[in-house]
Amino acid sequence: NPPVQTKKALKQRFLKLLPCCRPKSIPSLSENSVEDEFELSTVCHRPEGLDQLQEQTKFTRKELQVLYRGFKNECPSGIVNEENFKQIYSQFFPQGDSSTYATFLFNAFDTDHDGSVSFEDFVSGLSTILRGTIDDRLNWAFNLYDLNKDGCITREEMLDIMKSIYDMMGKYTYPAMREDAPREHVENFFQKMDRNKDGVVTIEEFLESCQKDENIMRSMQLFDSVI
Amino acid sequence: MAAGVAAWLPFARAAAIGWMPVANCPMPLAPAEKNKRQDELIILNVSGRRFQTWRTTLERYPDTLLGSTEKEFFFNEDTKEYFFDRDPEVFRCILNFYRTGKLHYPRYECISAYDEELAFYGILPEIIGDCCYEEYKDRKRENAERLMDDNDSENNQEGSMPSLSFRQTMWRAFENPHTSTLALVFYYVTGFFIAVSVITNVVETVPCGNVPGSKELPCGERYAVAFFCLDTACVMIFTVEYLLRLFAAPSRYRFIRSVMSIIDVVAIMPYYIGLVMTNNEDVSGAFVTLRVFRVFRIFKFSRHSQGLRILGYTLKSCASELGFLLFSLTMAIIIFATVMFYAEKGSSASKFTSIPASFWYTIVTMTTLGYGDMVPKTIAGKIFGSICSLSGVLVIALPVPVIVSNFSRIYHQNQRADKRRAQKKARLARIRVAKTGSSNAYLHSKRNGLLNEALELTGSTEEEQHMTKGTSLIESQHHHLLHCLEKTTGLSYLVDDPLLSVRTSTIKNHEFIDEQLFEQNCMESSMQNYPSSRSPSLSSQAGLGTSCCSRRHKKSSHLPNSSVPATRLRSMQELSTIHIQCSEQPSLSASRSSLNMKADEGLRANCKGSQITTAIISIPTPPALSPEPEGSPGPALPSIVKVSAL
Repeated sequence: NPPVQTKKALKQRFLKLLPCCRPKSIPSLSENSVEDEFELSTVCHRPEGLDQLQEQTKFTRKELQVLYRGFKNECPSGIVNEENFKQIYSQFFPQGDSSTYATFLFNAFDTDHDGSVSFEDFVSGLSTILRGTIDDRLNWAFNLYDLNKDGCITREEMLDIMKSIYDMMGKYTYPAMREDAPREHVENFFQKMDRNKDGVVTIEEFLESCQKDENIMRSMQLFDSVI
Repeated sequence: MAAGVAAWLPFARAAAIGWMPVANCPMPLAPAEKNKRQDELIILNVSGRRFQTWRTTLERYPDTLLGSTEKEFFFNEDTKEYFFDRDPEVFRCILNFYRTGKLHYPRYECISAYDEELAFYGILPEIIGDCCYEEYKDRKRENAERLMDDNDSENNQEGSMPSLSFRQTMWRAFENPHTSTLALVFYYVTGFFIAVSVITNVVETVPCGNVPGSKELPCGERYAVAFFCLDTACVMIFTVEYLLRLFAAPSRYRFIRSVMSIIDVVAIMPYYIGLVMTNNEDVSGAFVTLRVFRVFRIFKFSRHSQGLRILGYTLKSCASELGFLLFSLTMAIIIFATVMFYAEKGSSASKFTSIPASFWYTIVTMTTLGYGDMVPKTIAGKIFGSICSLSGVLVIALPVPVIVSNFSRIYHQNQRADKRRAQKKARLARIRVAKTGSSNAYLHSKRNGLLNEALELTGSTEEEQHMTKGTSLIESQHHHLLHCLEKTTGLSYLVDDPLLSVRTSTIKNHEFIDEQLFEQNCMESSMQNYPSSRSPSLSSQAGLGTSCCSRRHKKSSHLPNSSVPATRLRSMQELSTIHIQCSEQPSLSASRSSLNMKADEGLRANCKGSQITTAIISIPTPPALSPEPEGSPGPALPSIVKVSAL
């Protein structure tokens, strides 16, 4: 036996030397297949049933159907990632650069912060905006502005938002966009909203100031009939 | 807008709620959806095959047959479906276009049938998707070429060309020998003489038997006169041909520079130089070498041979590959020659006297010729010599098929790259046009829309109906969205409107374009009818510290309202209130003309910083401002869209 064993051991050692028989090539194959499975599992996402969505949101059945058809058409995999989102949104603003604002929107819709917006996220966001009370909508807007979701809007956050909105206008505007236009706009905003002048706008200050402003209250209801 | 994306317009509009709290100005009203029909399935019966789709799917493209009311002509009342007596296979692709926004071209389909179907359904072929566009264009080009060939052969058979000048006929005869019998005769005659000339040159040097009493002479010297006559005849023919071509060429300068004419000249020059220089003994040596150039006459055959021309062209296009081959060969030759030289240095009476002398050995060995005139004698020399010949096989044999395949690959690639470049330019231009088209559409509709609202104030509805163009609901909603963005930021879009700029730049002071005059007049008259009760509301609104932009009807008041100038001081002034405003001028008199004058100066000041040229109503385009260097997608000569509804 020992000679046979040593023979076997020698053979194995010799085989190991040959590059084609390296053992580590095999696990990588399985890694690939695992990865493939992983990819497959995230590629197709199915939303909850129509009834559940009807309960969770304030849309009617028909509205949900129309929404889902449009959603699925553009995103056959069932989820939108940030790149897709930006691309879709930029189609509506041909002259400007809407990518930054689209990112903020994406973060606002992606409530569970998993990097993708599923149909449920999409529809719940829309339900708040289009069918919610004025307070709900203002809350949603506050959530959009509060980039780091810490409950208050700082000047820097507001400046980022403002710049992204101005970016959407593009370069060819009248009057020509000045460098400090966003900053000025932010100053106006803070003057209006920041009651205790502490440099940040909290949700209570925001709600209070918006409720006092007729224009804002009226414009909040502008898109009631969108769907 | 792409089809699928239109479905996301409600989302984009809903997301606009993010602008509302930061906007300083009130938002425009949303377009009313008058008859919002429930989405319904419609049946399209195409030669018996039934397709079903949503009505809204078809309405995504309102300028096609299926998207517009044109399809009502095909509505069958009895069966309540739309019947089209067309090909169902192609209809599948067309319906998919509505569904996915991409038009595909199936390969099995005949190109002319497909084109006809597209034309029937009112779809432009340019929107074929990238995946199928190349195929489509290739097939279309082939078809067009085939048609052209057919036309040409028809024309040739007819024979009677309309009044070409003698010169043009001659040129045509030279370029296409099969157009007339005379040209064919000429073609064959020149070919014959080229062959004769080449054979003469070759036979001249053959040793031709002995003249008794002297050594063997080449035929050229033995029958010198005969050969000289032949040579003269050939050169005569070639000269006449060259002169005729020169005369007939449409562009003589270009003809002289072309390769073929250079070959012609080089072919006949030695003869004339020889004629001139026979007397001079010193340069007879040089004269002999000149005769070598007579061999270039063989290249004249390339006019007669298509294959030769193609070979020349491919050699030219693969010059870099050939160059690389040469370079690598040179490297190998130098390396091996050096090695062989030093290896054979020791041996006595070796032929490897220097490295350049070893080049010959290396070349002969690497190309596996092996003449044997130089052989290594030392052992080291023989070892390196064998390595040299082995590597020679590799170095020579490997690149050759690569180059051959490179030839065909590069040849086809060049053609495809050129095609793609041309198509890319066309596509970018189309995308640009679509973009500016959509912005143009927005501004036009804004103008019309604002005009509508202005007219609403006057209470006249007939013009309103007239002004409302048939913009689809989706378009009006999209424009509303863009309008909200403008209101939020206080800026407004500028777009190229060449027609407007042309009209405005030619207007002098205090003159207005007809459209604007009309609007002003109607607004003026309406303003006079308005009760002064508007002013308190105006002042109260102006009193609100937040509103920065004056509403349209506020502007129209000529009442010396103290609050009005105050509001004008706000930085965010918008053009969309369609009034010539100036943001820097604090005091404005009530008179219309001076108002406009000051406004124009204010405008000028505003636009100083930008890089856009503006065409202002009363002042011609200031030359100092120049358009952006890139140009695209920016407009070349944008103008401010002005609809003054004072």
